[in-house]
Amino acid sequence: MNARFPWVLGALLTGLFAPPAPAQDTIRIGSKRFTESYILGEIVTRTVERAGEARASHQRGLGNTAILFAALKSGAVHMYPEYTGTIAFELLGLKRAPEDIEALNRELSPHGLAVGVPLGFNNTYALAMAETRAAALGIRRISDLAQHAGLRFGLSQEFINRKDGWQALRAAYGFADTQVQGLDHGLAYEALAAGRVDVIDAYTTDAKIARYRLRVLEDDRRFFPAYEAVLLYRADLPQRYPRTWRALQSLERRITASQMISMNAAAELGAVPFSRIADDFLSGRIAAAGPGESGRRSFLETLFAGDFWRLTGEHLLLVFSSLALSVVVGVPLGILAARAPRARHFILGAAGVLQTIPSLALLAFLIAALGRIGTAPAVIALFLYALLPIVRNTCSGLADIPAPLRESAEALGLPAGARLRLIELPLAARSILSGIKTSGVINVGTATIAAFVGAGGYGERIVAGLAVNDHALLLAGALPAAAMALAIEGAFGALDRVLISPGLREPGVTSREEGA
Amino acid sequence: MPQTPIPASSPPVVLDNVAKTYDGQVAVRPTTLSVEAHRICVLIGPSGCGKSTLLRMILGLVRPDQGRVLIAGEELDAENAVRLRRAIGYVVQDGGLFPHLTAGDNVTLLARYLGRDPAWIAARLSELAALVRLPAAALARYPLQLSGGQRQRVGIMRALMLDPPLLLLDEPLGALDPVTRFELQEELKQLFLELRKTVVLVTHDMNEAAHFGDHIVLLRAGAIVQQGSLEELLARPAEPYVRDFIRAQRSTLPQ
Repeated sequence: MNARFPWVLGALLTGLFAPPAPAQDTIRIGSKRFTESYILGEIVTRTVERAGEARASHQRGLGNTAILFAALKSGAVHMYPEYTGTIAFELLGLKRAPEDIEALNRELSPHGLAVGVPLGFNNTYALAMAETRAAALGIRRISDLAQHAGLRFGLSQEFINRKDGWQALRAAYGFADTQVQGLDHGLAYEALAAGRVDVIDAYTTDAKIARYRLRVLEDDRRFFPAYEAVLLYRADLPQRYPRTWRALQSLERRITASQMISMNAAAELGAVPFSRIADDFLSGRIAAAGPGESGRRSFLETLFAGDFWRLTGEHLLLVFSSLALSVVVGVPLGILAARAPRARHFILGAAGVLQTIPSLALLAFLIAALGRIGTAPAVIALFLYALLPIVRNTCSGLADIPAPLRESAEALGLPAGARLRLIELPLAARSILSGIKTSGVINVGTATIAAFVGAGGYGERIVAGLAVNDHALLLAGALPAAAMALAIEGAFGALDRVLISPGLREPGVTSREEGA
Repeated sequence: MPQTPIPASSPPVVLDNVAKTYDGQVAVRPTTLSVEAHRICVLIGPSGCGKSTLLRMILGLVRPDQGRVLIAGEELDAENAVRLRRAIGYVVQDGGLFPHLTAGDNVTLLARYLGRDPAWIAARLSELAALVRLPAAALARYPLQLSGGQRQRVGIMRALMLDPPLLLLDEPLGALDPVTRFELQEELKQLFLELRKTVVLVTHDMNEAAHFGDHIVLLRAGAIVQQGSLEELLARPAEPYVRDFIRAQRSTLPQ
């Protein structure tokens, strides 16, 4: 490690933690990791852009609800599309959904947040049947099911087991004896199409409703809580950007459930880009899901799409800045652990516990603590995950030095600092380097979670691929990440040959001099 | 750092009533021993008799539970240990060389750390190589690439680098085959006499003790049984154990 290293690191960190430059003129719109949220986020972003008052930036596919809530409260994003039920139950922890948007706003105001602009559709649990069978039996509403004994229900385990799921629904509608079969949600549509079941549970705007020609039964007793699509935003947004706000209000009640289904289908089944779906919607068309017309790109085109080098750069930045931090902190901690056996259990234990924290929970916490999303929380999370292998290998590398060698260094008359620098660390170097390599390789994989907090990297493709069920896109993110992991493995092998003394190589000890 | 000149009046090493116990096991019972200047003092005894512990006390690698260690009249403590060690050469079995450094770098490590003149270091290195008859090419090799005898020669060079007045050797020839061992024994004795060093050597081998020692200290169970020249020990054994120990180990006794 040369003397310039701390400066480079300092510059790197300053870059990471410096406030984003022109924060005032940019409205940041978030979206979650599923097709519908991407599409709505894109529609909102276009609307903000068109209002011309501020720049708009779409932070696509951010982590889970907790991460977005933290990002919103801290001002890292200004708004994102959400559902009233999710806001009530998940964000506010309420037992019952408030009556209306005003009631919800009363609960949100202490957080400095507000909801508004109901978009016009409800994405909630529903029961669905094949259109033809429902028409033949004359079933339109859930209550109609009671008149048809012997219908076969294929329901997801989650729906069967939820307190507010099947049992409650059955009681609410007074169904007598029914045949219920637990079924994986992904298989339920096929089972319905094949006529093996008659009724399944579904989400009201699921793209597959269009594809499999399903009829969503009307919840005539209003059993399912409302999950109305709304905008969740920072309460000061309307005053700060009045023109933008008026433009956003024009989206109110503009999207029907069937339009949302068509747009979801265009993205998931027709591979139409989100931006085009949003543009088409705003210009009054619903993008067609015609398969021939949009045509999927070849895998190589997907792999080396325009964002390839940006994502590679972001991924490398995430991996190496976090790795550098882990080395700077982890090696001294490992030295301390090797020196003080009493501290060892505590240090190794703490580094071990850090690894068990679920990544999304850690990211949500870091966003709340730092007040921002993006590279900084991602780098800190990766840094924490990378500590254990480095600390452990530093500690064991030092502890494994044979006692006679340690004593020889002491007997020579070298002070403790010099012994560490000249003897002990070089002898432990191999173990330390291998710990750093392990952390680096693990970091390449873990860095894909950075996409959840808008820090980019290959994870962006993986997250988007998962969201729209696009395996090619998913692979186009996973393959370069795997290649990067292999490259790092190889680079550390080369580094090993440069940094580790030939005297420590086991078998083929290099002999630079002729034998004598 | 300048080396402390040793006052002519103080013996190079005094162990004053030192004792050591490890986890209830007595390693050294209260013992007093004075080493005379320019002589070879051999500590000998069976395994576990405390001879290595005494040697390591002189370096401050083991701190006695009681008593004092005086190096040239100066009491050894945590403060001055690093400085006093620089005036002591220490050689262990198989050389104790650092495997990541070449033989030459092992020898010159301390001198380089202390910022000695590189030209002086280079000159001293070749002088020492000639002294212990190590081929110059061996200096560029790593310890694992050297023979056992070569490693031991490098260990001795390292101990002699800063020309310390006192040398401590712990079973220095223990890892060598009999031929090399005999060869080195001869060379070392010549070297010690020539350089007029004060030497404390630990061994369990009576032949080696007889070869080197003008002063033999026989130990058993952490205590000195008797000390003196081999002749004195044989002529007036303090107890039957002394004669038994010498006879058991030594095939041919001097007349």
